[in-house]
Amino acid sequence: MSPALMRVLRVVVLLSAVRGAPLATVTLPPVILEPVPLEPVAPVPVPSEPVRVDSGADQNISIPINTEQQQQQQQQQQQVSLDVDVMLTGELNPNHYPARRAAQVVLHHLNTRYGSPYWWGALRQVHKATAEALGDSGRKYSLEVTLQDQISGTKETCTAEVVFPGGPAGGPPQVTTSYEGKSEINTQAQEEALYNQYNTSQNLLSGHNLPDSYGHVAPGMEPFWHLGGVASSFVMLKESSENTLYNMAQVVSVTQLATENNQLRFNYDVLLHEMVSQEIIHWKLLASWSPQEGVKASQMELLPKCHHCEPPQEH
Amino acid sequence: MKESEALQRSGSEYNFGSYQRLEAIYNWMDTLVAEHPKLVTKVLIGSSYENRPMYVLKFSTGGTNRPAIWIDTGIHAREWVSPATGIWTANKIAVDYGKDASLTSLLNTMDIYMLLLANPDGYSYTHDNDRMWRKTRSRSPGSNCRGADPNRNWDSGFGGPGTSRNPCSDLYHGPSANSEVEVSNVVNLIKAHGNFKSFISVHAYSQLLMYPHGYSCKDIPDMAELDTVGQAAVKKLASLYGTRYEVGSICKIIYPASGGSIDWAYDTGIKYSFAFELRDTGLSGFLLPANQIIPTASETWLALKHIMEYVRDNPYYTQH
Repeated sequence: MSPALMRVLRVVVLLSAVRGAPLATVTLPPVILEPVPLEPVAPVPVPSEPVRVDSGADQNISIPINTEQQQQQQQQQQQVSLDVDVMLTGELNPNHYPARRAAQVVLHHLNTRYGSPYWWGALRQVHKATAEALGDSGRKYSLEVTLQDQISGTKETCTAEVVFPGGPAGGPPQVTTSYEGKSEINTQAQEEALYNQYNTSQNLLSGHNLPDSYGHVAPGMEPFWHLGGVASSFVMLKESSENTLYNMAQVVSVTQLATENNQLRFNYDVLLHEMVSQEIIHWKLLASWSPQEGVKASQMELLPKCHHCEPPQEH
Repeated sequence: MKESEALQRSGSEYNFGSYQRLEAIYNWMDTLVAEHPKLVTKVLIGSSYENRPMYVLKFSTGGTNRPAIWIDTGIHAREWVSPATGIWTANKIAVDYGKDASLTSLLNTMDIYMLLLANPDGYSYTHDNDRMWRKTRSRSPGSNCRGADPNRNWDSGFGGPGTSRNPCSDLYHGPSANSEVEVSNVVNLIKAHGNFKSFISVHAYSQLLMYPHGYSCKDIPDMAELDTVGQAAVKKLASLYGTRYEVGSICKIIYPASGGSIDWAYDTGIKYSFAFELRDTGLSGFLLPANQIIPTASETWLALKHIMEYVRDNPYYTQH
């Protein structure tokens, strides 16, 4: 998408005829100032990792997104965006989705920096948002948000900037914030107790379905549900764009590995919910954590869509 | 919490504070009708793709084709708190009729239709196979993938923004509008009835109360009124536990989404069309803990009641 095209196209042509027209007469004006989608097809998150195709015998496993489909979709998106293309700049409505998607990215960033088994941030409210186009077809959002630790409920307000890079390479958003760290809640004692409890080479922890189908997480497993959510933010941050809104849907499994370099380590299998496409996306990752180092995620790998997943667990 | 659950069982042994399988829900519906025979009837409106019966609970104190309110829950299979809320709400309506003056006056002039499981195949599938399933379970020719998104299958901007023509997509709109029998069953009922004044569809999650359109971000003619009703409704919702909801059109608040049910309802002349996205905002998402069912249903009831009272107090006629 060339920046020239984006600057020029202020006139919006609605592609699809409006069927089932309202009984009152409505004339659609040529210029629409509200956000309009770039593509007629729901944007499917394009994974930045190579996709492993599982050619299992189960005929109901759908073909995961492969590079050919990716290319097709990108072509379709670009084709349509010639016709339907208004990206808002200036002051945004903080309750509308463009601001909220950018704000969600801020929270994923904060989780990668400050998250732990006892601090898991979520977006509570967007107060102000502006957007501007950048020279290389990137876009920058400036935001004022209130975030909330989902464990203690503590709230804090901060400002942030999110840059979504443009161009064909894309790349993860870049985030800076005024947030200075968890000021009120001191989780250090809990973190060290958890660390000491699990810093062992015997009886390595494992669990699955956090929460289970009924929303239940066994009391001892809650910190590992939180840790899974925080580690997933590393994936969700790098996968985010203006066309996505990610939450972690479930920890499918967590398996502790031996401690290395004083970091507790866990293999995580997680399901992410991408709201815009409504897809459930399956990722593996290796999470390492210590109270001193915080959470890090590595070996992140996208898994193919699963149509015969585990049946719900009894609680 | 256990005490309030016991109080909520209302003699039918159904645990409103838990997620139940389809069979248990269907059994409970029969119990409700048996306990409130003068108010509630069960109407078979058709079958699902896999031949499960689709039942609507009709709350009526008489009359002929009175102006009516439509509420559906569970159209997206994995959104379990939606039908759970519907069940609690149906019970609430039955129990409070004759006790709550406002509800009683409403039911003395209007009917309420509740479709508790708008996607029974999908709901069963989430219990037995894949907790994260969203769509129907229809077969798509030429594809191994099953199901269409039943909330992209309505004849309102069908195939437009926010949908997919890929059968494997969770936003697959289906081969054509109303191709999903679960959708056409409802369309046929609403059209044949001809006197619905409100259409409310209940989803989860995100804590939103939305009005049309999803297929276009242009304001509908009744936007100001619907927004006012919505803002008042979520204020009442928040009064119970402080739960915060945002209000706005589908297209602006959450995303462009074409072929949706409340867009179709609005465009056919049902002015007071709303969609709820219930708790939470992403912490548990679709896996909302069961101990939040009754709090969710209780607070949502305040919003629903506000909307229904407004509909009662603001009759209108639509020229077809």
